Amino acid sequence: MSKFKKKEKREVPQPPSGSLSDIVFMLLFFFMVTTTMRETESKVITDAPQATEIEKLERKDLTSYISIGSPTAKYQAMYGTGAQIQLNDSFKTKEEIRDFIASEREMRNEADREFMTVAIKADKKVRMGIITDIKQELRRCSALKVMYIAKQPVE
Amino acid sequence: MARKTPEVNSSSTADMAFLLLCFFMMTTTMDQDKGLARRLPPMPDPKTQQENQKINERNIIQVKINSQDKVLASSKASSKAIVNISDLGVIVKEFIKNPSNNPNLSEGRDTTIEVGNKRHDFRVSKGVISLQNDRGTSYEKYIEVQNELVRVFNELRDEEAMRAFGATYADLNEEQQKIIKDIIPQMISEAEPKDLSKK
Repeated sequence: MSKFKKKEKREVPQPPSGSLSDIVFMLLFFFMVTTTMRETESKVITDAPQATEIEKLERKDLTSYISIGSPTAKYQAMYGTGAQIQLNDSFKTKEEIRDFIASEREMRNEADREFMTVAIKADKKVRMGIITDIKQELRRCSALKVMYIAKQPVE
Repeated sequence: MARKTPEVNSSSTADMAFLLLCFFMMTTTMDQDKGLARRLPPMPDPKTQQENQKINERNIIQVKINSQDKVLASSKASSKAIVNISDLGVIVKEFIKNPSNNPNLSEGRDTTIEVGNKRHDFRVSKGVISLQNDRGTSYEKYIEVQNELVRVFNELRDEEAMRAFGATYADLNEEQQKIIKDIIPQMISEAEPKDLSKK
């Protein structure tokens, strides 16, 4: 009789997987809540400048975006590499900003209109000339709350 | 007799949830936009004759950015000089604060505000920073200068808040923040655009 028993093949017990679906559902809800669908495709390159004194953009639903930058590679054949203005989904001229602001304003609640913010999302290499024109245009249609999108410098 | 309904096979719910999860993970954009919040001045009414606001010369510091991204600062105390960004902060801060009551720097008005049962003395500066840029200035430089000016004002607010309430501006309550805000208004005015290159 041997003193040592022949080792049994020990099996690793299967981890319980009953709660797996719960975990996954939790993750799912998290992402569903935080998701914001990408509404517009960015057609211009906007590499924001850096700034330290930046604030968070409040009320994203009350914000209209104006993007300024050179078109992405796909559109360069058609529009060249000069700075272009993108409103919503297409290239626009600065004269069309007025209509854009008017329609954006129309979309908002009457009570919220005064809190409407225009986020200027411009590439850092853009010249101020075009920005000044846009600012003048915004002043003309009295959309005075603006935010210059910038990013936190990486330390 | 009640018939038992067969149990629904639930082993594939995890798979379905995974699929949905993947979809939402792909479409999620978590980037939060941040930036410098500013308020544009309203357009002057063309019908009413624009009267030139009389501001004492000593109360204006002009900051200009030319098309080569050089920053010029000039006030009554100092003639035009090209400055770099960190010097600009120092100059503007001294201009607004004017600790030695230099007659060439901004005027101040002393006020006393009662908070709770304590009285605080403040000096409200009348200084205005007039920012001008050329059409050829790069946006990056413009934001850098704007950022620097905002930084100076935030610093001043922090200092006053520390002196009066013993806490940084961000830690004050709403009422105290409003007081500090009134004492140090962000007086950054952007001049009506004009072409600086044609002279």
